[in-house]
Amino acid sequence: MNQDDLANIAVQTKQEESRYDHVIKVCVAAGCLSANSDQVKTQLESEVKQRGLESCCKVKGVGCMGLCAAGPLVAGEGNEKMFQNVTPADASAILDSIVDNKPAPENVVIDSHLDFFTGQKKIVLENSGEIDPERVEDYIAADGYEALFHCITKLKPLGVVEQVTKSGLRGRGGAGFPTGLKWTTVYKAGTGQKYVICNADEGDPGAFMDRSVLESDPHRVLEGMAIAGYAVGANKGFIYCRAEYPLAVKRLRTAIRQAESHGLLGNNIGETHFDFKIEIRLGAGAFVCGEETALIASIEGGRGTPRPRPPFPAQSGLWDCPTLINNVETFANIPPIIRRGGEWYSTIGTEKSKGTKVFALAGRVVNTGLIEVPMGITLREIIFKLGGGIPEGRRFKAVQSGGPSGGCVPEQYLDIPVDYDSLASVGSIMGSGGMIVMDETSCMVDVAKFFMDFCMSESCGKCVPCRVGTTQMHNILERISEGRATQNDLEQLKELTGMVKAASLCGLGQTAPNPTLTTLRYFMDEYKAHIEEGRCPAGICHPVKDKEEAEVGA
Amino acid sequence: MSTAPGVEICTLIIENRECGGRSDQTILDVAEEYGIFIPTLCRLPGLSSIGACRMCLVEVKGSNKLLPACVTKVQEGMEVTVNSERLEAYRRTTLELLFSERNHICSVCVTNGHCDLQSLAQKLGVNHITMPYLHPHVEVDASHPRFIADHNRCILCTRCIRVCAEIEGAHTWDLMGRGTKARVITDLNRPWGESESCTGCGKCVQVCPTGALSEKGQAAGEMMKRRQFLPYLSMMREVGK
Amino acid sequence: MTKAKTPKARVATVWLDGCSGCHMSLLDIDERLILLADKIDLVYSPLVDAKDFPENVDVAIVEGAVSNTEDLHKIKLIRKNSRVLVSLGDCAVTGNIPSMRTVFPLQSLLDRVYDENATINKKVPTKVVPKLLEQVHPLHEIVPVDVYVPGCPPSADTIFLAISELLEGRVPQLNEVTRFGA
Repeated sequence: MNQDDLANIAVQTKQEESRYDHVIKVCVAAGCLSANSDQVKTQLESEVKQRGLESCCKVKGVGCMGLCAAGPLVAGEGNEKMFQNVTPADASAILDSIVDNKPAPENVVIDSHLDFFTGQKKIVLENSGEIDPERVEDYIAADGYEALFHCITKLKPLGVVEQVTKSGLRGRGGAGFPTGLKWTTVYKAGTGQKYVICNADEGDPGAFMDRSVLESDPHRVLEGMAIAGYAVGANKGFIYCRAEYPLAVKRLRTAIRQAESHGLLGNNIGETHFDFKIEIRLGAGAFVCGEETALIASIEGGRGTPRPRPPFPAQSGLWDCPTLINNVETFANIPPIIRRGGEWYSTIGTEKSKGTKVFALAGRVVNTGLIEVPMGITLREIIFKLGGGIPEGRRFKAVQSGGPSGGCVPEQYLDIPVDYDSLASVGSIMGSGGMIVMDETSCMVDVAKFFMDFCMSESCGKCVPCRVGTTQMHNILERISEGRATQNDLEQLKELTGMVKAASLCGLGQTAPNPTLTTLRYFMDEYKAHIEEGRCPAGICHPVKDKEEAEVGA
Repeated sequence: MSTAPGVEICTLIIENRECGGRSDQTILDVAEEYGIFIPTLCRLPGLSSIGACRMCLVEVKGSNKLLPACVTKVQEGMEVTVNSERLEAYRRTTLELLFSERNHICSVCVTNGHCDLQSLAQKLGVNHITMPYLHPHVEVDASHPRFIADHNRCILCTRCIRVCAEIEGAHTWDLMGRGTKARVITDLNRPWGESESCTGCGKCVQVCPTGALSEKGQAAGEMMKRRQFLPYLSMMREVGK
Repeated sequence: MTKAKTPKARVATVWLDGCSGCHMSLLDIDERLILLADKIDLVYSPLVDAKDFPENVDVAIVEGAVSNTEDLHKIKLIRKNSRVLVSLGDCAVTGNIPSMRTVFPLQSLLDRVYDENATINKKVPTKVVPKLLEQVHPLHEIVPVDVYVPGCPPSADTIFLAISELLEGRVPQLNEVTRFGA
């Protein structure tokens, strides 16, 4: 396939779709599927058939539309009409609404002009909820693979790297390392065998950004990886995806097969000398395998444990070869950056955090789901505008960003801009994009304990501070929550947070104390209530009143 | 892989002393040549270094992270601090964490008096453990005719795994489980005595820093570790490469 | 009372859950006991007759871990009545041998001893003997401790050094002379 063939497919696919007066989109990503959106789709199809509307009405499975908690979601008339909590029984009414413009039952209608939808800026998710993730033609019609062809036919590898550098894109996996710098390092690392790895081992509790991208727009990630391969001089890529994402894996497999048969992956891509192949590797559910050196060890077939850096994977990674490793969302940003230029991308966001970020908004907030917002938006806007505020008239207490590695940000910092540095300045991190909102019914000691429990169970056990430190910290938090802790325990907890953060081998241990540190910093009164008064202000823990008695199990 | 850059001679400062080293040496290598003590536990000369125990963490001027001296290569102009209040406190805490993790009853241990963990605790002034003991219920594997694996004493340094894979070439030992539930195992977690890959060479027993691996028939304090073979065998391995 | 004589330090020694080996080691300081006798009043000890732990103790030297409700009561009283508390020996400092039972659930332990392995009177005693705690604790897990003297037992020299230093008003530095399991 060459550039003309690609353009032909795009034109043809667009023409095909424009033959229909109505395109009804049904979300078939994991969230809606788990609420039986496949049955909704089947029912809509048979309803269309029954009414003899096949020639003017197309029912199409698409990726995630974002408002996952309200699924199954259906959209029509270019998203002007949107429907929520749809059951197969609603199919007829929805057709009436879309085709005949009759009002649909109120309980299924969503206002498509909700701030949740209009407040977003979609780059990574531009195709999510629009294209059929199982058809390469749909992706091509949405300018897919154009960026790859542009790179391999018009740009030198260094030119590609320059665009990425210019864009100011930073790693979306959490740490925010400048992507251009990483690409430059791998580019410069000699001329031998190199690899590109896509980190799809999304493991933060409550986070599903990468899963959604893979399920909704898998070709975008493949294209991003192929561009990266061309830029840094690699001919082989691996996607390390957790096995708990079967649908994402299935769609990736389909996408790789399609891309290969269309000559978009494999040898002599676009009739050039560029070869690039992608293989999938499944993770077995270890959180630590999201850490790059552990991930690489896992791909190599070893136990997924991290090793000290340097050397960084960019110098010596997979099988000791220079390896570019980026997260799903990072790769998903690449095609639009190439298509529209690094310059364009760098106009979005803040000075040091460019572009957009996808967040999985969850917890005590009216609209839960997936959103993509420009960097620099405030936490308040995300939670109270897009998120629709706190349900049941309760009071906001904190928002947890960055999962087990992040911190809890209290109300006084709701107006800070969401960017890497601002979040870090209040003790949290951007992280991969989990965002859990908590109201007054959450106990911050309990929250700290939850995340420490997670880190303790997920610690690989290699280094002492993380392995035993997280366990000791967890036990102290448990004693606090049970009302058995003393002032000494609190002091020890503080000391351990500092030690584990500074002395652990990898990011897991180095960030594991963050939820505890931030709750200690912002919610000390809650800790004190548990320790000194045997009282849990949120009513979650059940601390004992009589410490004497509990102290030694007498 | 890119070709290794030529080895250079660098000068650096360790604990306020000017030292000279080669760029393929680690901070620990150079410090030892100059008689500067940096505590270690998982590291054993002759085996690969993994930077896991975090005892040898040092401060390097210009880096905001603490670096393990056993795997960090020296660089020209480096300024290394080995002993600061913070580093010493972290090392003591690391030892305390290890003592709290399993059941280290020194008084009845076969390596009492010849144990790396015990002597390091004495050297660094750990005379009690400030955090609660975890008291895990762990196994003793006495199935091997000549050796015993007492997991009560294991600190997961993985020296046994490394010596078995790197020197003996048997790879009988490996690791399973996560966090504090991690265990060193023989042959996919079969009893040691039933291991088909174990050659019975006993190198693992000799390199074990504690009483976790010992010879049978030893009473408390009787198990002396003999590690003379390591420098020779690792040298032979390098020559054979 | 002779005039101008420095008052003797009021010293107590206590035996909690341990083998009394530390007390044996204390006695092993031999003729130096006479030296000490000039400087201390042994106000409470397994070696003397006092039944109740007295008030206003200068130095309390405690051997053994905290294993039952009686130990628990005692160590709190000792702490309250003593200026300096010395944790003597590995049982007091780490839990040592007594703590080896902590890995088993208490009930299974009692069942094993008083039921499965008993030939007569298969019954867990509840009268006269104090109740066992779920866990065995080193002293400092219950009360603040001032001086740690690890060792099983610490040598006579170590103990003599520790006491002598305390009598001189110094905090004994014992790292060079003793360790866990010494």
